Parts: sequence; structure tokens; C-alpha cells
Amino acid sequence: MGGGELPGLLVNEIGGIHGILHGHVALLKKHFYLITMKEFLENRKHMSKKVQAIYLWWHKPIINRELLQSLPNLKVIANSGVGMDHLDLKLVASFGVKMANAPYAVSSSTADTGMALLLASARRLVEGMEYSEADLLGVEVTGATVGIIGMGSIGYKIALRAKAFEMNILYHNRTRRKEQEEQAVGATYCEKIDSLLQQADFVMVVVSLTPQTHKLIGKREMELMKPTATLINISRGAVVDQEALVTALQTGVIRAAALDVTYPEPLPRDHTLLKLKNVIITPHLGIKTDKATYMVTEEAVENILAALNGLPIPSEL
Amino acid sequence: TKPCGRRSSSFPSLDPPAGFGQELPYVLIDCIGGRYGVYEDHAEFLKKYFHLIAMKEYLENKKFLSKKIRAIYMWFHKPVIKEELLQSLPNLKIVASSGVGIDHLDLNLLSRYGVKVSNTPFVVSTDTADLGMALMLASSRRLVEGYQIAVSPDTEYFPADWLGAEVSGATLGIVGMGTIGYKVAERAKAFEMKILYHNRNQRNKEEESAVGASYCKKIDDLLQQSDFVLLSVNLTPQTHKLIGKRELELMKPTATLINISRGLVVDQDALVEALQNKVIKAAALDVTYPEPLPRDHPLLKLKNVIITPHIGSATKKTRRLMMENMMESIQAGLRGLPIPNEVLL
Repeated sequence: MGGGELPGLLVNEIGGIHGILHGHVALLKKHFYLITMKEFLENRKHMSKKVQAIYLWWHKPIINRELLQSLPNLKVIANSGVGMDHLDLKLVASFGVKMANAPYAVSSSTADTGMALLLASARRLVEGMEYSEADLLGVEVTGATVGIIGMGSIGYKIALRAKAFEMNILYHNRTRRKEQEEQAVGATYCEKIDSLLQQADFVMVVVSLTPQTHKLIGKREMELMKPTATLINISRGAVVDQEALVTALQTGVIRAAALDVTYPEPLPRDHTLLKLKNVIITPHLGIKTDKATYMVTEEAVENILAALNGLPIPSEL
Repeated sequence: TKPCGRRSSSFPSLDPPAGFGQELPYVLIDCIGGRYGVYEDHAEFLKKYFHLIAMKEYLENKKFLSKKIRAIYMWFHKPVIKEELLQSLPNLKIVASSGVGIDHLDLNLLSRYGVKVSNTPFVVSTDTADLGMALMLASSRRLVEGYQIAVSPDTEYFPADWLGAEVSGATLGIVGMGTIGYKVAERAKAFEMKILYHNRNQRNKEEESAVGASYCKKIDDLLQQSDFVLLSVNLTPQTHKLIGKRELELMKPTATLINISRGLVVDQDALVEALQNKVIKAAALDVTYPEPLPRDHPLLKLKNVIITPHIGSATKKTRRLMMENMMESIQAGLRGLPIPNEVLL
């Protein structure tokens, strides 16, 4: 960039509950003039023309028609993470604004979260923290069958990890992976999700939330699962029919569940899921590590700079 | 009838339960049921092969039973064997001990009384390695703390600035590269971890390159470079307090100690201090000394510590296999045949 002002980047807030991490500010300020929503709202007239890009952190700021209309020079919105279900992509496109997400940074971290939940649930690690008179017997992971629903980059990394535990790997996906990819992890394609559900000891849900995957796992799917099986959800809460899950867990239709995501997040404090002994819930750990979050911001910066310079955007949607 | 499931050992299955007017061999156990006793379903199975005598029954009828008892089925270190017991069991031939650890047994004493010993080394390996991985992931990603936040009645939102540390791509130092340590390495490799190991002996090149592990002849080198230090050694006089103040201070302040071996391999008081003073970042322990810890122990109060109640081999399948292995060892020992999983001095 030549002399003159840095392009304006709108963010929700810095620090605080949902804000940009303090450790990322220096990197952002190196390339952009940071404007928080508060600053924007206090000085709309001056700021609105400056904003050329928006960096979404934990789905904020909320992108609606009103905001898009007030930012005439907005060129690109960069999303942290891969989930896009909180965005109206058609609306954004209608304003000629480009969209990018950050797929590379998230896959290993999220796969690790999936494996952490699978192992913790199988071996009853959380229950083990409370002293009890009962002998805590869990179920084996090594040699068990894992059914991965959604074999994108995260699902594939889970398969790579599961293979090292000598697990038998089944997967269900919109499209089948190439033979070499299947062979590299020893994964068997299940064209019908039913076949996967009936055989898996661990059902790992790793899909994007779309109208097609909304309540993908409901009463019917859980009843197809083995009564000794565990459901692990690291995608979005709405992919699972939560009420049906409560019933299934209470009546022994499935053995246990481990959920990094729920609907809503957090759940209301009186929700039954919080009370069930055979459920582990984690606060959307996803990619919450120093390393992964920083990589997400790095990826976003790259995408934004490409867009502002009229270059191809690496992770354009 | 053979139990269903995978084959329990590489030895041919021994004869069906004694019939034909023969008495079943008398085997001493601690008790059936309860927190530490032989599982009821295991006892049902064992009763087809043995006359199980609980300690309580033995003590009430020592005169008759002491000559009858030819084996001890030691389930999780019980019944405790002292010289007094050995003296009163003249026909004791074999002690079958559950699990792989034998540090709780006085092998010299047993040898002097001509009593053979067996353990269950191989069946526990994958479950224990899996638990080591579970502890590393749970600690690094703050799973237990996260769970507590997710279910706490006071939680209103999930803060964005609450972060864990990455496992993928980090450096794992394995202290003790036996069967269990090696299986941990196999698993860690899939997480693209850099693997260092320290062992009495270096493994061969093929074994090392299969898991991408680098040998550290000096434990110090491993300690200084590792993000995670995992202990999977036997407890011996040489490994007693292997990890003390000095070793903890060599570790990175961002490092996590994971112990799936024995509590006594770590100087527990030094560990408490190291955690309180942020000399290391966190610990995840499946084993402590004693087990369980007194309820007011400082380790139970530290936020950066995960403690599990020695569940290394705690799956239904593995415990079943352990029991079957022990049964086979006892049968072989009583028949004067080569003993599967015999522990030699």
C-alpha cells in the first residue's frame, strides 16, 4: 500500500466477551485502521465511508441490510472460522460485497476438539473427576467404529486421528471422497446415513449447518444408532434435534452424548441436558486455542488484503 | 463355554470346568462386589472354574480353608499379601495379579515361598494409551473447566477470550517407551505432534521412524523441549520420584505433565509447589499416591489439575480380558504347565 491512510476495518469490539482478542490487535493495526461498532455509531457520518472491510469475530457485528446500506465502500467481509449459517449470503452478495472464511486455520483444532470429546465421553473422564464409590467402567476407543457424518477438511482430519487409534472408520458425505483419500485413512463410504448409524460406536457430526442439515440427527436417526453408541456434535447445535436427544439419552436409546455446540449457546440454565450424567457439554471449544485463533486472524487479513487490492481471494465463498 | 468376544490370549484354551467328581480348586479373593471387589459377572464366570473363597470366609474358617487354598486372585491389589498370609497357606502355588504394574508385590518374598506370580501386561496397553491421549487433550483444551462453565448455574455467556492450547503440532515427550508409551506415540503422530522419548534403551530405527520419534538419551533434553511430558514407566526403585523439583524446573512453564504410570514416579509435594508457582502450566494424573488422595489434598483444589481415579484399563472389555487372562494363568499354574504372563524375578 502506498502512502496515505490505512483502509478502515470495522469490528464489533476489542476485548470483552465477544471482542477481538487483544493479542490480535497489533496484527490488524499493521494493515488496517480499526473502527469499533461503538466508534462507528458515535460518528457515522465520518466513519461510514472509511469502512472497506468487516472482520466478524464470533458472528459479530451482525450483518443486516441497514448496516450494508450505510457502508458504501465496503468491499469484503471476512468471517472467523468456517461456519456461515449466521450470515445471509445472498443479501451480502446483492451489495456486491465479497465474503471469505478461514478454513485452513480451523481444521486441526476442531478435529482435536472432536477427538477430545470422543475420548472424554468414552472413558468417562469428567465423571471421574468427582470421587465416587462406583467403579467407573467406560467403553473402548481402540478398535471401535467411528461414523463421521460430514467428511470435509475437519472430518478428514478426524479420520486421520481415529486411524491411529485403530478405529474402523465409516463416513457419510454429500459426495464421496477419492479412492486414495479413503484408503489413506481406511474409511468406508456409507451412501445411506442409516448404514453408518447402525454400525457406529461413535457418531461424529461434522457438517455445516444448512437447511438440509437442520435437525439431521433426530428421533429416527438416534433410534437407528446402537444403544451402546455415543453421539458427538462439533458442528452446530441445530444439526441435532435437541428434544429428541434428551429423550434418547434418558431412555437409553443411545449411551451418551458429547456436545461442543448446542442451540442456543449457552443453554438455558434449567435445560435438561445440563443435568444428565451421560452428557458432556463444552462451551464451543472449537478452535479456541491461542495458535488457531491467531491463524484465523492471519487468514482473514490475507483475504481482506487480497480483496482490497483486487486480487483473487484465497478463501472466497 | 468360551465367553463371546475376541480371543483372550495366545495360549490354547484350557479344559472345560472340572467335572467327573473332581473338586474345583480353591482360590482366595478379597470380596465380590462393592467398590474394589471382584465384579459380580466376573465372579459368576470364575465360579465355573474355581471355588472362590472371600477373605471374610477364609478368616472365619482358617483351619479348614488354609490347606485348601492353592491360588490367590489379586484384583486391584487386593487381598494384600503379607508374610503371615503366605505362612498360613501351605499349598499356595500362584498369585495372579490384575493389571501390568507389579510394584505392590514383594516378589522376593513370594519367591522364597515358592509361589509363582502372573500379571496382565498386554491387554491393558491400548486402553491406557487411549487414556493418556484423553488426559492430554482434556488438559490442553481445558475440557473439564469448560464443562463446568457450560453447566454452571451462573453462566450467562461463553467468553471469547477463554482459550486452551493446541495439541496438534505440539511436542510430546514420552518418558518410558514400552508397549504403552509406544502406543501413545502411534496415536500422537496422527495429531502431527513432534515426538521425543526417553527410555532405558533406545528403540530400533524402524520403530522410531514408524512414529517419528527422536531418542533423548538425557531426560533433561526431553524435559526442556516438550510441551507435554507423559510418564509411562514402571515403578521401580530407579523410577521412584523420577520427576522431582529439578525435573519440573527443567520443563517449560507452558508445559503439562501427564502421569499414567504410578503416583510414586512423581514427587507429589514438588508437583504441588510447581503448579502453585506456575513452574509448569498444568498436570493430568490418572495415578497418585495414595489412591485416592485425601479429600483435602491441594492437588484436588488446583484449577490446572485433572485427576482421574486410576481408570487406565477401565473398560468393560479390557477388565473382562484381564479376568480371563488371570483365570488362565491360575489354571496353568495349578496344573504345573507353563504360566501365561508369568512375572519372573
